[in-house]
Amino acid sequence: MNLVDLAISNLLSPVVLFFALGVAAALARSDLSVPEAIAKGIALYLMMAIGLKGGVEVARQGLTTTLVLTVLAGAVLSFAIPFLAYAILRFVSRLSAVDAAAVAAHYGSISAVTLAVAIEVLGRVGLGFEGYMIAVAAVMETPAILAALLIVRRSRPDDGLSRGELLHEVAFNGSVVVLVGSFFVGWIAGPAGMKPIAPLFTDLFRGMLCLFLLDMGLVAGRGFARARKALSLPVILFGFVMPLISAAIAAPIAAMLGLSPGGAMLFITLAASASYIAVPAAMRLALPEADAAIYLTLSLGVTFPFNLIIGLPLYLSVAQKLAG
Amino acid sequence: MQLHRKKRIEIILEAPGLRRLTEILARVQVTGYTVLPAIAGNGRGGPWSEAGQVTDAERMVCVMCLIDPARTEEVIGPIFELVKRHIGLISVSDAEVIRGERF
Repeated sequence: MNLVDLAISNLLSPVVLFFALGVAAALARSDLSVPEAIAKGIALYLMMAIGLKGGVEVARQGLTTTLVLTVLAGAVLSFAIPFLAYAILRFVSRLSAVDAAAVAAHYGSISAVTLAVAIEVLGRVGLGFEGYMIAVAAVMETPAILAALLIVRRSRPDDGLSRGELLHEVAFNGSVVVLVGSFFVGWIAGPAGMKPIAPLFTDLFRGMLCLFLLDMGLVAGRGFARARKALSLPVILFGFVMPLISAAIAAPIAAMLGLSPGGAMLFITLAASASYIAVPAAMRLALPEADAAIYLTLSLGVTFPFNLIIGLPLYLSVAQKLAG
Repeated sequence: MQLHRKKRIEIILEAPGLRRLTEILARVQVTGYTVLPAIAGNGRGGPWSEAGQVTDAERMVCVMCLIDPARTEEVIGPIFELVKRHIGLISVSDAEVIRGERF
């Protein structure tokens, strides 16, 4: 399947169409909304489903040295990308140091929902992936936050919040705990243990993802409306370009690690995605002076739709060429 | 029925800061408080709503407590140190309660 076919297939998939429906409903000022408790419940379900899937794949494939190297590469990327993102933002925009650092942290960390959609795309084209990519995703959540704190350490007063306390809150963030926990559950249970619960966590996965993407579309659509106020043009352009820069850095690393096309696609996607669950909450604690409207709107209203519609088919195409 | 004068403190704060706030309340020995969810609102950053949010980053909570008026300064000070860096506000108003010895 070439890039154009992949892009068209992606655009016409129910996942993307439901996202578009959510955006359209928000822009039309419809009263359609997903209750907070349901949105959180589905997010929990998705984390469990992808964690289990990754764990079962590791149980099936076994441990390899590539696993350790890929986890390390992911951690280094997550730590390094914020420095690059910060430098770009400070160069092209007028964002303050604190705002730029908070945005940069989002781009170093990962979006678990983008990962879930990427796994759905791989399932659609019949490609497998290294199960430990889920562990890589979990590891990539945190280093970016540390990087952001290092970036701003000289430009802001001490708030009495210890770094250990913050790290504890990030490392034990609910989404990280359920993702990593489900990964180990899947690993321990293996394919045989997964079989009885597969109707819930495998068969319903795509349908639940559609429901979640409808909600994401609604939130992103509302984000578009405030993007005009919160974001300047250079910052919006950053939201489109930064994923491509991160992907360009991650792609050769994925090739060097010898990942399969599916694994390489997920590795590139993790590097190119921007967090909007774990990092925003961490930034409200660590850098409360940073404007949440900037990083949430940019991450969810610009980069997430970009990755969903253009990024994922592109990353898959690149991964197939590099690792195929 | 005798009523006792107290101060009602209401703190509206972004949800990620809630744990820190309740720790401060415990430190200044405010042992009774109520946390209420905020559904939606409008502020300096524009309108917000809890609908569809999967993260606490954009949620707000309201914490309400009653204290003895003589303790207002010592309670408000540490709370303000937290709230001044976050999205939020503190308001203090007069209240009357029946069981005065409890506050």
